Amino acid sequence: MSNKPYYSSVTKKIIMSLMGLFLVTFLVVHLTLNSFLLFSNDLFNEGAHFMGTNVFIQVFQWVLFAGFAIHIFYGIVLQIQNWMSRPKGYKRRAFMEQSPFSKYMIYTGLLIFIFLIIHLGNFFFVKMGWIGNGVPLTSNGEENMAQLVRSLFQYGGYVTFYVVMFLLMGFHLDHAFQSAFQTLGLNHKTYWGFIKGLSRAYAIVITLGFVIIPLFIYFKIV
Amino acid sequence: MDLKLKIWRQASQTDKGQFVDYDVQDISPDTSFLEMIDILNDKLVEKGDDPVAFDHDCREGICGMCSMFINGHPHGPESATTTCQLHMRKFKDGETIVIEPWRARPFPVIKDLIVDRSAFDEIIRAGGYISTSTGGVPDANAVPIRRENAELAMDAAACIGCGACVAACKNASAMLFVSAKISQFALLPQGKVEAKDRVKEMVAKMDELGFGNCTNTYACEAECPKEISITNIARLNRQFIGAKLG
Repeated sequence: MSNKPYYSSVTKKIIMSLMGLFLVTFLVVHLTLNSFLLFSNDLFNEGAHFMGTNVFIQVFQWVLFAGFAIHIFYGIVLQIQNWMSRPKGYKRRAFMEQSPFSKYMIYTGLLIFIFLIIHLGNFFFVKMGWIGNGVPLTSNGEENMAQLVRSLFQYGGYVTFYVVMFLLMGFHLDHAFQSAFQTLGLNHKTYWGFIKGLSRAYAIVITLGFVIIPLFIYFKIV
Repeated sequence: MDLKLKIWRQASQTDKGQFVDYDVQDISPDTSFLEMIDILNDKLVEKGDDPVAFDHDCREGICGMCSMFINGHPHGPESATTTCQLHMRKFKDGETIVIEPWRARPFPVIKDLIVDRSAFDEIIRAGGYISTSTGGVPDANAVPIRRENAELAMDAAACIGCGACVAACKNASAMLFVSAKISQFALLPQGKVEAKDRVKEMVAKMDELGFGNCTNTYACEAECPKEISITNIARLNRQFIGAKLG
């Protein structure tokens, strides 16, 4: 083997899976913060304020963006290589994938990426003052992120779009979580069933968690 | 049984190829799939037509030569079965059967249903061996081996290198094959000496030949006629990480 540096298929997948697990952790933090909206606007605003001012979080958010970028970049690179590996397809091909959503990862991934851009435009970019009229203020003159979120979730169309996107996210996560463990070599008969179950449970909890918040707000339950 | 066959015909590697329809009649349900093709070929030869070219050798399910993609599955619809061990009773009378060659860039079609699988040989040449002489047959208990490892190594060694994993995978990945060949050595003391070099060299060769990347769809395991487990792929990944980290 030559000594020229190259990233093997396995290396690329390992990097992608590590970034994926990082994003999996991020989603738990994000959902926890969002869930504050179910209890009180003030609690949510305090959480948002902490996330927006804490130095560690401020640094970490750029690490997070890098994580997204690397995950998406390698996802696209690997997919292009995969398309190239079979120039002529089959006339008849059965559905053989045992992890059903694995077949559509590039498509769910790309749709989630589009959602991410829109989502950043609705909240993060507004908060940063890059677009829009800025975040509305509370009577104390503090940023009222809760009102920003609630005003957006008054639109049925947006809520529908948000819910559909998180269902796609759930499909993506259902495969992704356990797939990352397989890529990292963590598959053994003694615990593989647990990892697959945990993967499905994680996908369901994250999806339901993110979906019920806009629905509860839209139907004025909270 | 009367059957309608839709078979991929391609005169040479450079020919464009196309599906050709054939009708076969009075096929016994106990006929094997390859025997059914033999019957078709006899009729084609009688008519002066070119018979359908296909790979086969032992016809006992152990050589890995037969390689047809039948009705959407490598080796046909029956699980854990090679094409030669598939029988026509698995199909319905009057059914249309689509028969295609393995499709993958590293497996070019040579003629009709025959593909060039020498890419697998190249992967083996890259590291799928033990380079030191292991001498004569040792005494059975001279080299202590954990029973579970012996069983797992034997299970991995059951891979017949037919290429069904590549054919089934939506990415045409060869990871199940490569991982089986790595595992059969990695689990045994004789193979551990060169394990780090082996996994790096074989993965590099697999990539160089243009196989796709494994995305853990697990279609390979489901379609493998020898039921090679995807835990071998996880072992390859562990070995690879270990080799790269030192």
